[in-house]
Amino acid sequence: MAVITKDQVKHVANLARLAITEEKEVEYYTEKLATIIEFAEQLNEVDTSGVEPTTHPVPLVNVLREDEPAKGLDRDLMLKNVPEHEDGMVKVPSILG
Amino acid sequence: MTLFNHSAKELQQLLHNKEVSAVELTDEAFRRIDKVDGDVKAFLALDEERAKARAAELDNTPVDQRGPLHGLPVGVKDNIVTEGLETTCASRMLGGFDPIYNATAAKKLDDAGLITVGKVNMDEFAMGGSTENSYYKKTANPWNLEYVPGGSSGGSAAAVAAGEVPFTLGSDTGGSIRQPAAYCGVVGMKPTYGRVSRYGLVAFASSLDQIGPITRTVEDNAFLLSAISGHDPYDSTSFDVEVPDFASALTGDIKGLKIGIASEYLGEGVGEASRNAVKDAIKVLESLGAEVGEISLPHTKYALPAYYLLSSSEASSNLARFDGIRYGYRAEGIENLEDLYKQTRAEGFGDEVKTRIMLGTFALSSGFYDAYYKKAQKVRTLVRDDFTNAFEKYDVVIGPTAPTPAFKIGELIDDQLTMYANDILTIPVNLAGVPAISVPCGFDNGLPLGLQVIGRHFDESTVYRVAHAFEQATDFHKRMPEIREGLER
Repeated sequence: MAVITKDQVKHVANLARLAITEEKEVEYYTEKLATIIEFAEQLNEVDTSGVEPTTHPVPLVNVLREDEPAKGLDRDLMLKNVPEHEDGMVKVPSILG
Repeated sequence: MTLFNHSAKELQQLLHNKEVSAVELTDEAFRRIDKVDGDVKAFLALDEERAKARAAELDNTPVDQRGPLHGLPVGVKDNIVTEGLETTCASRMLGGFDPIYNATAAKKLDDAGLITVGKVNMDEFAMGGSTENSYYKKTANPWNLEYVPGGSSGGSAAAVAAGEVPFTLGSDTGGSIRQPAAYCGVVGMKPTYGRVSRYGLVAFASSLDQIGPITRTVEDNAFLLSAISGHDPYDSTSFDVEVPDFASALTGDIKGLKIGIASEYLGEGVGEASRNAVKDAIKVLESLGAEVGEISLPHTKYALPAYYLLSSSEASSNLARFDGIRYGYRAEGIENLEDLYKQTRAEGFGDEVKTRIMLGTFALSSGFYDAYYKKAQKVRTLVRDDFTNAFEKYDVVIGPTAPTPAFKIGELIDDQLTMYANDILTIPVNLAGVPAISVPCGFDNGLPLGLQVIGRHFDESTVYRVAHAFEQATDFHKRMPEIREGLER
């Protein structure tokens, strides 16, 4: 069985919010991803029973600080890189209907 | 007199004696860039006006208030945000992005009196090992312009090797500082995870990314790392530990130091030139009184696949922020929100970035999470344990930085797994979070090779001491690429 199918690639592209719809593109990424996933399958050779997963290289737990109020960034400044905005608000396309 | 062939210490002395000014050093950087960057293509953006004004100010700082890097020019990798200076991550997605704040590392450069002259090229979002994945330009290796400079911090390494600036910052997620440093014959340090704040470093894989210095000599590197290190309230994964004056560790004395050579680092997949250069390096280190012994890091082979699953998974989450709404590229003529996201991301991201986002999304998706993501996290534990075991007996572990010297531009662009395999000796270090440096250790057909020195968590000092002793006992760092010759003045 293929490690990843074209339908799975379409599904993953949709989850990742990437417009990959043309059949040729789907085929291209299916092949590319399959190569990497097949390569990754060699991890199955490793016995990991009883091994804890590592999420972070240097363990740190509950980093806390004093809750001191500080000034945030200026709104006008924050709008500087927004592609479209109006009256101090970020503009998005219609989300209904 | 060739200005950037001087060390930071020598340049500071020249500044002190008023034989040169910060303004002149900054002019020199722009003159060099003007002269060679048409060939090297390391820089993406320049900040000439502000840099020159700042240099003039810095020349007025009283001598007793100056640090070791005062008044010296620096280049910054384009994934480190710099206020008022375009930061693109070499992606179409961030074309024209004008940061409104400085990354902590960039701010610390300012605090140390360094002068940021511009931003340097990289693989898009730091994903790649040749800088060929930049949306904007392909940087060339200063030793041979037909070859890649390595990556992802290829612009950082090439700019230093070509003598455009004396130092740069890079970032390293799986080898992105050390591998280009090796390919370009310069010194590159990936510090311990948590040593340098990641605030303002555009995130690729948050549990692996670290900012670090690229310089021509080990001593310069130590100065620069001291300047950018330290706990930062804006990055809770930065460690609240003392920042040593790393340069004070450069005693030249490594007598009795225990150095492990990993048999896997001289084994399958590692080219003869790299192997031989490291074998010669072992002789040098032994002649300096170090005790070298062979060790095994048995999970080395599995670090590469584990890394691609983990780093891509983290990237798929981190790069979700690029939505065309708040900053960056936005697709045009789209009527509804979901299509806007999808079209923006399809047009804004390059091929490799899309591949990795999808790989990560796949590894994290329902039904595959345990088999891929969690499995890789467990293998990460074993890779980390390999180092823990090694450091019970040895002070540092050494090996080649990369399996081969640089390859030709375009040579591996369609050979994904070989491209990935160039990081097989650097990736384990990121998975374990330990510090490692690459220092020049030889040449193969005129292209540089790097020796990698790996240390315990937060023991960059010993790493620097070994790298420095090796550097001082050899001449590799004194060889310059021809393109630097125009430096005479």
